[in-house]
Amino acid sequence: MNAPATVLAVEGLKKHYPVDPNVFGRPRAHLRAVDGISFAVARGETLSIVGESGCGKSSVGKSILRLDKPTAGTIRLGGTAIESLTESAMRPLRQKMQVIFQDPFGSLNPRMKIRDIIAEPAVNFGIATNRDAIDAHVQKLLQLVRLPADAGTRYPHEFSGGQRQRICIARALSCNPELIVCDEAVSALDVSMKAQIVNLLARLQDELGLALIFISHDVAVVEHLTHRVAVMYLGKIVEIATRRAFFSGPKHPYSQALLSAVPRPDPRQVLARVVLSGDVPSPINPPSGCRFRTRCPHAFARCETEEPVLRNAATGHQVACHLDQ
Amino acid sequence: MTLLQVEDLQVHFRTPTGVVRSVNGLSFAVDRGETVAIVGESGCGKSVTSMSVLRLIPTPPGRMAGKILFEGRNLLALPEDDMKAIRGNEISMIFQEPMTSLNPVLTVGQQICETLRLHQGMDANQANARALVMLQLVGITAPERRLQSYPHQLSGGMCQRVMIAIALACDPKLLIADEPTTALDVTVQAQILDLMRDLQKRLGTAIVLVTHDLGVVAQTAQRVIVMYAGRKVEEASVDALFAHPMHPYTQGLMDAIPKLGSSLGSESRTQLAEIDGAVPDLRKPLVGCAFASRCSRSTVLCTQTMPMTQEKASGHWVACHHVESEKTP
Repeated sequence: MNAPATVLAVEGLKKHYPVDPNVFGRPRAHLRAVDGISFAVARGETLSIVGESGCGKSSVGKSILRLDKPTAGTIRLGGTAIESLTESAMRPLRQKMQVIFQDPFGSLNPRMKIRDIIAEPAVNFGIATNRDAIDAHVQKLLQLVRLPADAGTRYPHEFSGGQRQRICIARALSCNPELIVCDEAVSALDVSMKAQIVNLLARLQDELGLALIFISHDVAVVEHLTHRVAVMYLGKIVEIATRRAFFSGPKHPYSQALLSAVPRPDPRQVLARVVLSGDVPSPINPPSGCRFRTRCPHAFARCETEEPVLRNAATGHQVACHLDQ
Repeated sequence: MTLLQVEDLQVHFRTPTGVVRSVNGLSFAVDRGETVAIVGESGCGKSVTSMSVLRLIPTPPGRMAGKILFEGRNLLALPEDDMKAIRGNEISMIFQEPMTSLNPVLTVGQQICETLRLHQGMDANQANARALVMLQLVGITAPERRLQSYPHQLSGGMCQRVMIAIALACDPKLLIADEPTTALDVTVQAQILDLMRDLQKRLGTAIVLVTHDLGVVAQTAQRVIVMYAGRKVEEASVDALFAHPMHPYTQGLMDAIPKLGSSLGSESRTQLAEIDGAVPDLRKPLVGCAFASRCSRSTVLCTQTMPMTQEKASGHWVACHHVESEKTP
């Protein structure tokens, strides 16, 4: 076996949220945020999950991290199934996976010094136990994310958005994780900062062999960081492919529309755009058959009655669509 | 013909930690029916500029100086009552967050009619009829029903369409759009940008588009103003700016944008170009060029003298000591 070790394998993951309670507090409906998805991430690999608001991409992230208990399906971290572990059984496993959120202002405690923020995960998991070891550990991490050595003595408000995101990355790396979930980690940053952080993540991944799950709505950023892309629409993966296969020839009509809707920074490039009409339907009551059929320019009778499953379209390229079959 | 002329605009804010100089001597003009984009990163003063045109900056703590001439009248010297007659009527604005810009306890119809009755003196029936026309214009299906809807019953894209309907209801001469599509998904963004382009063609409204997204600029604007740390660093037609950016900051920005399809040539992932460092602290007085500390071409001159905005090629203005003039005399 030469293939790199699988860090995380997800099989048939579902996450339904109860909504609209009746007078007795019983839910009258369920919001199907994630409705049966499967994927795996290997060591040193980035899998990007892209899609628009409400497609369930963040719910996937939360379920993997067990910040939410999934409704159904299995999540294997290393070899351990974690989907139904108790909080206390889960705790030692949390060292293996960390998270970086979108808002670098809201995700750092304003009353803690940077040193304590970065040291906390390492102390919790017993990686650094005495003062000298902690100081050395923090210095190593600051250097890794290219922050000045004296940053440790300062507070979060003294840093800009890009620098705070570096602090979040240092904190995520503090307990030597195998997997980092980046939930819109660069979306709130300006163009020049975004480039710095994307490059930093790619470099750290190469150096440390991390597996990354990069959740984003910005397909252009994804292209520079990812090895594989999974496109989600209304709780389902509609296409999953390697970077070059996906960006050179997306096969699902939704992926095509998504890519063509990105405004190109070139006034001469007038695109034959696939402009989708209407809005995303409600995940409480999704359309029958293919969930994209209400907005799909190619929809036909079969799309209404039969739900398309992911099938191999080419090596490393799977798509869930009845077209070209 | 010039519709809006901003001359040497200064907007400063007094804060507990010092005076923040958000806009420092900004001048630009907008012609009738033209789309001008103001582009830059967070804190460059682009939103503050757009707010000052409508005098929406609270004073104090804000302080404004300079001139904002709208059809020859200086808006900064106008009494508040005259300003009220201009806001929403001759100049209107749409904001980034369509969900929070609408009043949650009023129906869409009531909110469109409010501007019409206030500014155009219409009665309820006239206003209702016009509101219906506006909803049709912005491409909302079943407009009769939507007039009775509350904002929470609409999606983000629909809310932004309603905002545009309100903004255009009085047939303004100038529309200021502050990040109008930033909070929307790309497929919805494409719809709204198409709508704005189409409406401008039909109604001839001048648009000032404030955005951080160079992709949106390229697809929408005719002229572009690039701002950095409260100053204009470059101004050109959209074609000239994208084909041939002159200011080192603009060049850095263009290189740093992730472009779709740009990595397809290589087996491995490609690095993005970076601009080192971060924006300067606007609480400290800026001597010389604001970009000097991050610029590869900076010299002693840059740290001491502020570069003037000069026309380096026909219609292409740049504020940099190290850009050679390409203008034929």
